[in-house]
Amino acid sequence: MKKYWSFFKMRLMAGLQYRAAAMAGMSTQFVWGAMEILLYRAFWAEHPGQFPMGMEALSSYIWLQQAFLTLFAMWNWEHDILRSVKEGTVAYELLRPTDIYSMWMARSVANRLARASLRMVPVLVVASFIPAPYGLRLPASPAAFALFLLASVLMVLVVCSYHLLVYALTFYLTDPNGLMVLSVAAADLLGGAIVPLPFLPDGLRQFAQLTPFGSMQNVPLRIFSGSISLAQAPSVMGLQVFWIITLLSAGYLLTKKGLRRAVILGG
Amino acid sequence: MKLYLKFLSIHLRSAMTYRSSFFLSCLGQVLITTNVFLSVVFLMDRFQSIGGYTLPQLSLCYAVILAGTSLAECFARGLDAFGRILSQAQFDRIMLRPRPLLFQVLCQDMKPTMFARVLQAAVMLIWALGAGAVRWTPAKALTLALMILCGAGVFFGVFLINACVTFFTLEHIEALNIFMDGPREYGKYPFGVYGKPVLLILTFLVPLALVQHWPLQFLFDRGPAWYGLLPLAALLFLIPCGLLWRLGVRHYRSTGS
Repeated sequence: MKKYWSFFKMRLMAGLQYRAAAMAGMSTQFVWGAMEILLYRAFWAEHPGQFPMGMEALSSYIWLQQAFLTLFAMWNWEHDILRSVKEGTVAYELLRPTDIYSMWMARSVANRLARASLRMVPVLVVASFIPAPYGLRLPASPAAFALFLLASVLMVLVVCSYHLLVYALTFYLTDPNGLMVLSVAAADLLGGAIVPLPFLPDGLRQFAQLTPFGSMQNVPLRIFSGSISLAQAPSVMGLQVFWIITLLSAGYLLTKKGLRRAVILGG
Repeated sequence: MKLYLKFLSIHLRSAMTYRSSFFLSCLGQVLITTNVFLSVVFLMDRFQSIGGYTLPQLSLCYAVILAGTSLAECFARGLDAFGRILSQAQFDRIMLRPRPLLFQVLCQDMKPTMFARVLQAAVMLIWALGAGAVRWTPAKALTLALMILCGAGVFFGVFLINACVTFFTLEHIEALNIFMDGPREYGKYPFGVYGKPVLLILTFLVPLALVQHWPLQFLFDRGPAWYGLLPLAALLFLIPCGLLWRLGVRHYRSTGS
């Protein structure tokens, strides 16, 4: 366990070096968040009765989404891992006295945390100074905040487990690009990126919530904003845990099998 | 022009060499913009209308922006990578050749996969017309054509500014993405929906509203006919862009020997 922890710390430190890039990225994050809120404000002004969540909750959702973007973004692939599987340099990893799958996990989680922690703070600070109902507001109760933190951890694990499964499938596909393209599109549609899940039409909404994508940003952002109540939270987070276990074990088995049949050429 | 078409066919053929990866990136790009429009579909399904616009009208609105950005992005791809051209001192080579500088930069790189998005825009436009978004007159057809062409012109200007900045900074500035990638996302609604400050910025600073919001008012019978000619005024934006390019070229000092 210790070796994965120190590898995790190493990746985290490396990721924290890109401070200038993170600063530059933030300006766009503010504009995206502001445009989203201006848009929903227009809908709110015309049809307040048909909103599935309050404007204040929606604003918190949107700002948190911008702040956490790199934490859950599906397009945040670990290209080094993909390349190592495609080109066969994964063989070097096998020589090390570590489990390759745990190593991938440590690397994915560390890089996400590093990228997000740089971007997160300024967005959160500025957004919390924006007047109601367009700013970021703390959850109603400390219990909700605690659940939000737990759900965020689970979210990162779901996203990373999904990614690990894709890396594992790369052993069997000649070109994982198609799978990656489809994953990004599905996560945008079913994960609550293009519109928050409560705004989806009936049927599609229930379906989206059951997919692994519905266990990603959807859960912590809605617990934070109060759109998922304390009573509903345990079942939704239970589903998150279910997906982590399912995705991880599927990916793990596929990697095992893939490595056993892989023949690496070269001397 | 003949030379340009020759370059276009070269880039197209080189992209088609890896056929499956070409179609995959086409698919990826279309999926992204389809998702953008699906968000409009879902919200309209719930709310029926926004600011008096209907779903077919919004489809036409997004089709115009999508066609404009995609055309500009396809042909101005060389500007997008201009930072690399400068930092690898390829610009010196370009300056030695007896052809206009900007023309050569544009020929360096193109993005044929963008035609997939133009196709998507065409489909959305046809659907919108079939669903009765507009009561047609010849003048309106002219306005629609102007919106798409001048829209591509304005986006081209934005790409040009993005490239010019690298003369002074050597690196692209991510904040400019607001006007490069942003409209492809937020152009799904007429800019007036976002409120007055946004509309003012996009009318007078980066005149995207002149190719989208204002002429749309004419198309949907919500404004006077002269709004239909505003896309031409948007082309004035290209003048400062061109001046900036000249300034940049004069400022240029080579990086190597």
